[in-house]
Amino acid sequence: MDDETTFGWKSDLSLLDQAVSEYGGNPNNLITLLQAAQDIYGYLPKDVLYYLADQVGVSPADAMGVATFYSQFRLQPIGKYLIMSCQGTACHVNGSQVISRTIQEHLGIESGQTTEDGLFTLEDVACLGCCSLAPVITINGEAHGNLTPSAVIRILDDIRAAEAAAPAVTTEGGAPCA
Amino acid sequence: MRVKIGEGSCGIAAGAGKVHAALQAAMTSEDTFTLGIVGCIGMCYLEPIVDIYADDDTLKARLVHVTPEDAPAIAQAVRTGNLEGVQDLCIQSDDQEFLTKQTRIALRHCGLIDPTSLEAYQQAGGYRALRHVLGKMTPEQVIEEVKTSGLAGRGGAGFPTWFKWNAARNNPGENKYLVCNADEGDPGAFMDRALLESDPHSVLEGMLIGAYAIGATHMLVYVRAEYPLAIKHLQIAIEQAREANLLGENILGSGFSCDMTIKQGAGAFVCGEETALIASMEGERGMPRVKPPFPAENGYLASPSNINNVETYGNVTWIINHGGEAYAAMGTETSKGTKVFALTGKIRRGGLVEIPMGATLGDVIFGIGGGLKNDGQLKAVQMGGPSGGCVPASLMDTVIDYKALSATGAIMGSGGMVVMDQSTCMVGMAKFFLDFTASESCGKCVPCRLGTQRMQEILTRIVEGEGQEGDIELLEELCAMVGSASLCGLGQTAPNPVLTTIRYFREEYEEHIRNKKCPAHECPALRTYSIDPEKCTGCTLCSRKCAVGAISGEKKQPHVIDAAACIRCNQCAEACRFGAVVVE
Repeated sequence: MDDETTFGWKSDLSLLDQAVSEYGGNPNNLITLLQAAQDIYGYLPKDVLYYLADQVGVSPADAMGVATFYSQFRLQPIGKYLIMSCQGTACHVNGSQVISRTIQEHLGIESGQTTEDGLFTLEDVACLGCCSLAPVITINGEAHGNLTPSAVIRILDDIRAAEAAAPAVTTEGGAPCA
Repeated sequence: MRVKIGEGSCGIAAGAGKVHAALQAAMTSEDTFTLGIVGCIGMCYLEPIVDIYADDDTLKARLVHVTPEDAPAIAQAVRTGNLEGVQDLCIQSDDQEFLTKQTRIALRHCGLIDPTSLEAYQQAGGYRALRHVLGKMTPEQVIEEVKTSGLAGRGGAGFPTWFKWNAARNNPGENKYLVCNADEGDPGAFMDRALLESDPHSVLEGMLIGAYAIGATHMLVYVRAEYPLAIKHLQIAIEQAREANLLGENILGSGFSCDMTIKQGAGAFVCGEETALIASMEGERGMPRVKPPFPAENGYLASPSNINNVETYGNVTWIINHGGEAYAAMGTETSKGTKVFALTGKIRRGGLVEIPMGATLGDVIFGIGGGLKNDGQLKAVQMGGPSGGCVPASLMDTVIDYKALSATGAIMGSGGMVVMDQSTCMVGMAKFFLDFTASESCGKCVPCRLGTQRMQEILTRIVEGEGQEGDIELLEELCAMVGSASLCGLGQTAPNPVLTTIRYFREEYEEHIRNKKCPAHECPALRTYSIDPEKCTGCTLCSRKCAVGAISGEKKQPHVIDAAACIRCNQCAEACRFGAVVVE
């Protein structure tokens, strides 16, 4: 592709070198490459999507089709803390709607959105597989189970407070499990 | 002594990693006991669990609900051999029933061996079946043995495993593929995750035996990206097996060669369907296609392919070691062997349950699960997730058998079993699953893509108090259309949650539509809130919690809720410590 100006390359594509050398040249590996890219950038920037389409030999439209088909892929950047709110059956039966609504009201965002300060992104996900701890959320991969509205508010406030006190805190933050 | 910590995903989520670190810290340089990990024993409701074994591998104590603060006492008890100091943590005798009433075949090693150790698996008898198969059996004999066992697909459909293997074996092709479907999409099921996390070598060995039987040149595992620990343990197992010549070229000198690749799914329920799964493994949108040709003729990369579920492979090794007849001796006329269920919801003891086919639903829920949480009353159990249905409490003597369960309108499914009490609205449950299938429909077939959306709209208006006469009949008509005119299992079974709830709980639908009431008090739009003046102490907590100022009253006087201002957020009911908020 030579349309550098059209798409305004911004992402550092060299970060993909290793994945491309391992999986490039084969359309069967498109999903694997998109997953590698999302691990690197946190989402799929448009230029990365075009670049990877080219690297495996499919059209950008096909790559976009794949990226939008699967719920794992994000086309927008995410906040520092990614909250995944489980919407599985066991969580549903144990009140996950109340937990989701509490998070949405407390942070002022809908599912799929990021707070203005860039701290939190909320995503509804299908089962996280920790059904016996229902209702469950994960924050940057760490699970918090047996939640109540007040417990979830405390967890979010603790993260906010830790961020305000020490902005350098790592993204592995989060209160211990209930 | 050996201390083993259950570190499956459930255990870690409950804090097992922190317990491990605390135990490590509590050990001194003079301590001779060892600290190790095991997978998930399946008693999720007791996690984190720490097992103490004597040197001869007998279990001395099983400690439950362990916290990091317990670590020094545990270390001291193990050090001295005097377990009295940790008596309070020991599992109760009625909780032990959860395991003693089970028959474990697929889960036989789960929670007992270190899933990251090939040596541990081999000490437990691992890879003996593979050696036997490669050394002494022809592929045809393997297929015959599996046929004798009566093993059927544990992913839900219950198709005979031997038949698929035989078809893939007999179809000509330069390359053949054996695939493990670990895209456990049913929201409420986690058997496959637990098995891959806790005993990955068993799945790998079962796959190798299958690969030998069909003549596969390569194996693939299609696993959900949401299961990072399962992927990690599987990767470790693959590397260990390669190093030990159990995988790769000329396995154990038999001349049989087969390697393995992990493909991560990217989150699409429809990819549980075979042809969609193949499309996804080929890097495309996971859309199903017309069958035939079946994957056994034209599958992954247009080659003959065989796809089975994780649990199916988990049974194969046992069948080879003990013989197909021993497996077929368990179960019913039409369903053989055991089945694993993920028992969750409003259940007292939730976790993984493996029982022989032919046991009843009541055996699982009351016998093993110990009945409902908080002495609740059983209303229904949901089986088979979005493709299954709700079986009412009156049918708890239904036996676990593919045919018997289908007759109820539900399905065996992959093994999700979600228990519901009187607080779950069945219309809401149907809507929950239609929300799921409508968003997961791949969009290829119009009846599924639009039909599920129309059903979702009707269910939404019913739970919001805007249902109309005739809505139930309209739903039934749509169910018939979507079920009969969709290409794949997703669309064909999407009506099941609606049909079963109408069949068994029709009066609940009518109550929503005609009287604008939700008998379970779950649908927010149909709830009314009031305060019982007898119980209210006037503590003012509810009025302070109320986001819209709908609660008024003097301190130490009964409060009142203004129904017109109330937004039914339930905050007051959750806040009240005296049970004074009445929800109707």
